[in-house]
Amino acid sequence: MSILDLTALQLGQKIQAGDLTAVQAAEAALEQIHRADPQVHAYLTVDEEGALKQAGRVQQQIEAGELKGHLAGVPVAIKDNLCIRGMRTTCSSRILNNFIPTYTAEAVINLEKAGAVILGKTNMDEFAMGSTTETSAFGVTRNPWNLEHVPGGSSGGSCAAVAANECFYALGSDTGGSIRQPSSFCGVTGIKPTYGTVSRYGLVAYGSSLDQIGPIAKDVSDCAAILEAISTYDRKDSTSIRREDTDFTSALAEDVRGLRIGIPRDYFGEGLNPEVRDSIMQAVKVLTDKGAVAEEFDLSLVEYAIPAYYVIASAEASSNLSRFDGVKYGYRAKEYQGLHDMYKKSRSEGFGPEVKRRILLGSFVLSSGYYDAYYLKALRTKALIKGAFDKAFSRFDVIVAPAAPTTAPRLGESLKDPLQMYLGDIYTISVNLAGLPGMTVPCGLDSQGLPIGLQLIGDCFQEKKIIRAAYAFEQSRKYQSPALACAKAGVSGVCGEAAGVQAGEAGVRGEAAGVQAGTADVRRDTGASGEAAFAAAGERSGEA
Amino acid sequence: MANKISDETIEYAGILAKLELSAEEKEAAKKDMGRMLDYIDLLNQLDTEGVEPMSHVFPVQNVFREDVVTNGDDREAILANAPEKQDGAFVVPRTVE
Repeated sequence: MSILDLTALQLGQKIQAGDLTAVQAAEAALEQIHRADPQVHAYLTVDEEGALKQAGRVQQQIEAGELKGHLAGVPVAIKDNLCIRGMRTTCSSRILNNFIPTYTAEAVINLEKAGAVILGKTNMDEFAMGSTTETSAFGVTRNPWNLEHVPGGSSGGSCAAVAANECFYALGSDTGGSIRQPSSFCGVTGIKPTYGTVSRYGLVAYGSSLDQIGPIAKDVSDCAAILEAISTYDRKDSTSIRREDTDFTSALAEDVRGLRIGIPRDYFGEGLNPEVRDSIMQAVKVLTDKGAVAEEFDLSLVEYAIPAYYVIASAEASSNLSRFDGVKYGYRAKEYQGLHDMYKKSRSEGFGPEVKRRILLGSFVLSSGYYDAYYLKALRTKALIKGAFDKAFSRFDVIVAPAAPTTAPRLGESLKDPLQMYLGDIYTISVNLAGLPGMTVPCGLDSQGLPIGLQLIGDCFQEKKIIRAAYAFEQSRKYQSPALACAKAGVSGVCGEAAGVQAGEAGVRGEAAGVQAGTADVRRDTGASGEAAFAAAGERSGEA
Repeated sequence: MANKISDETIEYAGILAKLELSAEEKEAAKKDMGRMLDYIDLLNQLDTEGVEPMSHVFPVQNVFREDVVTNGDDREAILANAPEKQDGAFVVPRTVE
């Protein structure tokens, strides 16, 4: 088994036990980045030198007994909208192309305190606006399960990096599903906690009343431990909540007896891919077999969540992004006449089309004459949606849902029609409007071999219930990696055990022959083995 | 399309947003915004009479603290990000004649 196949906590335990060092772990991750990232493009910045130095320091502290936790020495990737002092932070935007923060986000500081080794910054949709990571100004990220498909977004780089073993875990942010949807598309686990649980200090704001930072990892235990580490009260974030119940790892028990699961009928009707629906329902059956009680119900108001969300998020974005003016940091146009022209030209040249679209819409719905009709109407709708969830949680502990109507779409399909892309957020967006915790765990593969995620939604401050349900479900299903995550040639054993792929071979050929040929070779290698890999290969051959 | 976005409206939104749109971008923006507003008009089906607008899901109050400087002097690092600087200050186009 390669180091890369370990979960974050497994790696941390081995480092504590002295079986491995933090430096070895960082070297393994960096090597995998060299191998896989030319194809995947999950990273915008890789800080090789810094990571190795940090790993050396952390290792010394571990040996001195100063760092005893299981995240010490474990390499992490950080979404590029989280500031790290001295490390380029771009939000995947041209307007922040050369921005070097002078401070570090609180969530990242918390990880550093736990001994994390930061590998670099991951690609995302520009300012987190998008559902595919295709709106990045610095090129698309590809889905490690099938390079012709998107990883989802906006935390697509973070999720792809975890899936491709280019890090042991990552941080993302979730404004309308940006952790849960790409986690689903990439077959990894991600949590968006209750609003206010993780400090937003140092997170470049998009929709301030909706944004939350959360972990993305290979399994539920990792996510619980990481969330525990980053959940702290922070006076620098005025919406930070003082919580006493952030011992999330205490919920890692395989016990769902009596757990009341709600299945919202409105989430399982028209528009949901049947394969996704079947996979989710099978997951529910796993939980009820273990003693949970599931019942269908009508959540209501579902169709109003997307319009309300896009009014609120765009309004907040138009305000938040007014700070990008070409004065204190970021891009400034080369030619202009006077101050206002400088603002306008810098912003028009610096922002991409999706960001401009939302800033325009946001400015419009906040303008006098339209404020009541659009913005206040959306805030009233939000109150009703929150009420619908309150009602649901008086009956249920956990609500199950898909994370997206389909599995990962092909590259280039989604941006043609923005509204259609927005509709894909239907199952994730209400959670942000209502401030609820939600998480995604992988629950299957479709006939194309692309991952399907099960979304679990809890009431405010009830992360432990969804973590427990996710953990119990996870016991029935081993973590699967895409073939691309395979460790280096010559390393014993196989990666993506469930898929039964011959790791080294596929990897080497893929590299030598380039992406196209590599994919074809993977097909040949997997053809005779695991069902899942076979299905994936079939789809690829169809594309070739 | 029910919502016809006029040139004036896009011009106005552009001024508020501090964005300068090319003719092509303007046409696309008119179409996109019209479609989005059509969709957003779905909310009008909903009776929100008497419902308080909810800006935050939890009751949040102003958080006060003493006005004490806690961060160090980062002047050089902060100025290093400026597109134009001079004598320890940001340079902007002349605003007062």
